[in-house]
Amino acid sequence: MTDKQILPSGHPRIDSLEMRGIVKRFPGVLANDHVNFDVRAGEVHALLGENGAGKSTLMKQLYGLYHPDEGQIIFDGEPRVIHSPKDAIQLGIGMIHQHFMLVDSLTVAENVALGLPSTRGMMTDIDRVTKRICELAEVYGLDVEPDAYIWQLSVGQQQKVEIIKALYRGAALLILDEPTAVLTPQEVDDFFVTLTQMAKDGHALIFISHKLHEVMAFTHRVTVLRDGKNVGTVNTVDTNKNLLAEMMVGRPLNFIRNYKTIECGKPRLKVENLSALSDRGVPALKNVSFEVCAGEVLGLAGVSGNGQPELAQVIAGLRPSTSGKIMIDDETLTGSTPMQVIEKGVAYIPEKRNVDGLIKEFSVSENLILRDLDREFYSKNAFLNMNNIAKRSADLVKTFNVKTPSIDTPIKSLSGGNAQKVILAREISRQPRVLIAAQPTRGVDIGATEYIHERIIEQRETGTATLLISEDLDEIFALSDRIAVIFHGEIMGVVDRKDATLQSIGLMMAGEQPPETQAAE
Amino acid sequence: MLADLFTGSVLIGLLASGIRLATPYLYAAIGETFGQRSGVLNLGVDGIMLMGAFSAFYVVFKTGDLVGGVLLAMLVGLLMGLAMAFISVTLNAEQGISGIGVYLFGLGMSDLLFQKLINNVQTVSGFPVAPIPFLSEIPVIGQIFFTHNVLVYGAYLLVPIAWFVLNKTTLGLKIKAVGENPEAADTLGVSVAKIRYLTVSMGGLLSGVAGASLSIALLNVFQFNLTNGLGFIAIALVYFGGWRPTWVLMGSLIFSFVNALQIWVQVVGIPIPSDIAVMTPYILTIVVLVISAQRVRPPSALSKTYERLE
Repeated sequence: MTDKQILPSGHPRIDSLEMRGIVKRFPGVLANDHVNFDVRAGEVHALLGENGAGKSTLMKQLYGLYHPDEGQIIFDGEPRVIHSPKDAIQLGIGMIHQHFMLVDSLTVAENVALGLPSTRGMMTDIDRVTKRICELAEVYGLDVEPDAYIWQLSVGQQQKVEIIKALYRGAALLILDEPTAVLTPQEVDDFFVTLTQMAKDGHALIFISHKLHEVMAFTHRVTVLRDGKNVGTVNTVDTNKNLLAEMMVGRPLNFIRNYKTIECGKPRLKVENLSALSDRGVPALKNVSFEVCAGEVLGLAGVSGNGQPELAQVIAGLRPSTSGKIMIDDETLTGSTPMQVIEKGVAYIPEKRNVDGLIKEFSVSENLILRDLDREFYSKNAFLNMNNIAKRSADLVKTFNVKTPSIDTPIKSLSGGNAQKVILAREISRQPRVLIAAQPTRGVDIGATEYIHERIIEQRETGTATLLISEDLDEIFALSDRIAVIFHGEIMGVVDRKDATLQSIGLMMAGEQPPETQAAE
Repeated sequence: MLADLFTGSVLIGLLASGIRLATPYLYAAIGETFGQRSGVLNLGVDGIMLMGAFSAFYVVFKTGDLVGGVLLAMLVGLLMGLAMAFISVTLNAEQGISGIGVYLFGLGMSDLLFQKLINNVQTVSGFPVAPIPFLSEIPVIGQIFFTHNVLVYGAYLLVPIAWFVLNKTTLGLKIKAVGENPEAADTLGVSVAKIRYLTVSMGGLLSGVAGASLSIALLNVFQFNLTNGLGFIAIALVYFGGWRPTWVLMGSLIFSFVNALQIWVQVVGIPIPSDIAVMTPYILTIVVLVISAQRVRPPSALSKTYERLE
């Protein structure tokens, strides 16, 4: 073995990895249909596709969590069978999962040591592990504190721990499953610097994503999957965002929209000095104030866990406020029950669609009429009017383009995008005065996302005041007229969409005050 | 009159019996601590204890072999633990319900065997008091702490061992990880099923010993429902102890001292209705649980089944 083949971590590198003709079937689904994929040392290879395209399934087979029904995995020219994550780790494969695989109540060093043999037999050798973590952190420029508990760390730091964890195990090839979904834009920049350096050092990196600008920014090659099949592999320099999107979805998409500026009269939704507690009884919202005009979309940006769900719940009447006021036109909303909130014309698309938005075992039609049950059209003297319910449900399914075998199909057998359309249909078919949309396209494929965005814009045109809560900055920038940023339960600032940059919003998301010029009205 | 009750020798006797009475709680609760730290709630402890108590009693009744009695109790406990692990880990059944099943099985089976094999209440001569040389001669301290039988000493030895395993060994790290975030453990090549099988069957084994400590070391008798819910108190003590062995020890001691006091109050004939006296340790348990519930957070994956495929 020559010097060149050793990585800075001291482990040998993987020159090439190839997955050939991979087939994976789940009951009723062909998740991977003869997929080919390869990655080389020194390269960042993006694996791009919509939800359900088979990206994660493919990578889980590489990591030994699933086993291919057909096909071969070839390491440096030799076919290998990977039975379990243990095998994968031994071959030098590391995986950074979308949801971090860290144990909150253990320290960084304990998390790194977990599952590894100790030099002290049965007893742990945390001191040695700590030393090695410091070495790796030094070499790769990742600052982590080995003695800190995971729960004390920010999301960005936790991700560094995940990388260290993989490097410690000798990873020469890293699978990164949507690693930027939880980071602020600045953290993303840092992260890319690290990854670029790692690739230069001879690591092979697989970057799973559906964020096109990230794929364009720092990968070398892109493989696109659709419906479990290869669409193609291209060099990043030879393609662009629109081409990639077309490969992903199978048809051209409209990316750029022109929005008119709306003259705001009287605010329709007014939130004044609102405070509320989280489930754990600590303040989640601190003196939050903002206004949304009729015909306006106010985007609320922020990293997950900064009070967004609490805000939506307080407005929807699902969580009590400790102080402050919510007004809709001239009526007070504070202290109303959820039913009163609905009757005052507030529609709510909750963040946890399967928990708060739908009853998964109920049919499409039952979910569609759930909140309007008491209207005379649907029920009279406690009896349901089945004819009207079926008629109206069929209408809604058609209007909102919900792909379902029938209106009696249980929601749980629908895809995320179609389930979300059911909520959308139920909420906006009533012509609301205010729409609270929390993470409306999370886990939804690009086609359905486009549709949901169009509907939100349509609501805007008809004069609804929309509060769009999203962690997806692309979405915030695409739909909002103004953007508010929430950090630790406080509004850091509100800026016009046309004055906002990714940079300025990102800084506020990390807790920095906006410059004076933007803060002033 | 009340002053007479608390003379020196009476106090020593009370404390010594408190130390002794904590034995079954310690075995059962430490065993259950391991299971729960790895994410399995085994509500069948009391049933396993009953089977352990009967097996040990039967061996001693027939042969007089005390060690043999404990070994059989361990084996029976281990098998019942394995059964619980099979139901809740391999078959992924709801843990609360399968534990109740294990409890009811133990309750019924131990009584059936008792009626078929022995049939009337008998006593045996159980583990004799084995004073520890030198230490037992220290005045007061010696009588309280060092004049007990082997199973009592074993229970107290278990506490530092359990602490060591949980905090200083790779196995302990794996147990804690599996109980907090089984997915993370799985991705690092730690087998969630293996760890849970291990902790639950060890918990079963220790519950078996807990039962044996009742039937051949403390009470030296067997009858229907000998444990009288003791296994459930042990589960409560795990919660009280915040899933930490040292705090489980504290809880067991508080509970058994109150129990010793309560028994003593009845023996001397202080005019308190006996039902009330018997209730006090249980009321105390509830109060303590309510208070401690707000203090510590249980293992995140406690009582959640783990499956890799969605």
